[in-house]
Amino acid sequence: MELRADSFSGAASGFKPLMAARTLAWISTQRNCPVTNEELCGLVESIAARRDRDAFAQLFRHFAPRLKGFGMRRGTDAASSEELAQETMLTVWRKADTFDPRRATVSTWIFTIVRNKRIDLFRREGHPDAELSEATEAAYEGRAADDELTLAEWGSVLRQALTELPEDQVTVLKKAFFEDKSHSVIAEELGLPLGTVKSRIRLALARLRNALPEDCQ
Amino acid sequence: MIRHHPEDELIVDFATGALGEGPALVVATHAAMCGSCRARVALVEAVGGLMLEDLEGEPVSAGLLDETLAMLDEGEDAATVAAPVAATDDREQVPEPLLRYIGRGLSHLVWRRVPGFPAIEEARLPIAAGVKAVLMRLKSGAVVPEHSHRGNEYSVVLAGGFCDGATSYGRGDFLARDPSHTHRPAADNDGDCLCLIVLDAPLRLTGALGMIVNPFLRI
Repeated sequence: MELRADSFSGAASGFKPLMAARTLAWISTQRNCPVTNEELCGLVESIAARRDRDAFAQLFRHFAPRLKGFGMRRGTDAASSEELAQETMLTVWRKADTFDPRRATVSTWIFTIVRNKRIDLFRREGHPDAELSEATEAAYEGRAADDELTLAEWGSVLRQALTELPEDQVTVLKKAFFEDKSHSVIAEELGLPLGTVKSRIRLALARLRNALPEDCQ
Repeated sequence: MIRHHPEDELIVDFATGALGEGPALVVATHAAMCGSCRARVALVEAVGGLMLEDLEGEPVSAGLLDETLAMLDEGEDAATVAAPVAATDDREQVPEPLLRYIGRGLSHLVWRRVPGFPAIEEARLPIAAGVKAVLMRLKSGAVVPEHSHRGNEYSVVLAGGFCDGATSYGRGDFLARDPSHTHRPAADNDGDCLCLIVLDAPLRLTGALGMIVNPFLRI
């Protein structure tokens, strides 16, 4: 239980042995209160609208240490992880006008940037993106942009669902995100049959999906 | 109506960035045509956002912010600029993620007949080393001889359709095949079929005969 709560709550780690897992889960849903997604959206919008350097500095202070930590969790050395953080933040500055708060939270948007940046910097190949320009999107099958994905509004529900996942599913997801490993590599490393890893991924995603209202699943 | 989609584990590999460029291109091209798979990718990315948000940060060097602020007004360096998408009239068939791999358009690609099979032609796309990505065009009714692949094969239908055994595939449908599959796809009779096909592992053939007998094995 301790490990599981720790997965999503660094801040509470000092008190871990004294607290019930439920309380830890509650704390992990609350710990972002000082900086809400709305505030982060405001910063990105200021950058897009006014090239606001103060807003950029605030966003940098919030995300750069996380981005460096993200690189280091994947085994990248400290200097390269800082470069990854810096390159990611420079892309945030350049692409601020493409951020759409209806589609994603700022953290999710920045996650996709650091993901692609990591591939650019360390793997030197492209990552074809599933994101489409709205104009193109309208031409294809699928829902119109207006009623698509209101996921951004459901961040706290998703966070709660994540803290309630069984530990074996969380372990697989964490390896996938932090260590940049495909499900077959994860299976090898955990010494599990491929089918077990696949089913943990499927069960985890099903639980997360079920936590969300039907129209944004 | 799209009926065949990537499995969850492939969506996770794609959204975390673990999937190589070749298979990722097929997943992205499918997702471009499939609203429900865009939503599946977005869900995994949202989990990535939460994990990033909750990550215990590593303190950055004292001068990093000032250094970064000083770089804000520099132009983008060449490596970060996406390849320009050439004007093309192929947008109806070719979804956006694939557009920048086809240069000036479908008709400008080098289409090559598959030796011995006049009803099948393919054009190779520029992609990461060790991977083969082709657009394959099957004339209406063409049958691809039974074959298997070493490594995994990922495909998405861009136009027309085909049958493989009892299963039919149409525009937008996604297929993943591992080396245990043997298949014999046959294009529908009502028009040409265009597919994007990616083989993710280089093939090691034992002799020249293998090449002649089975041209679909070449990479």
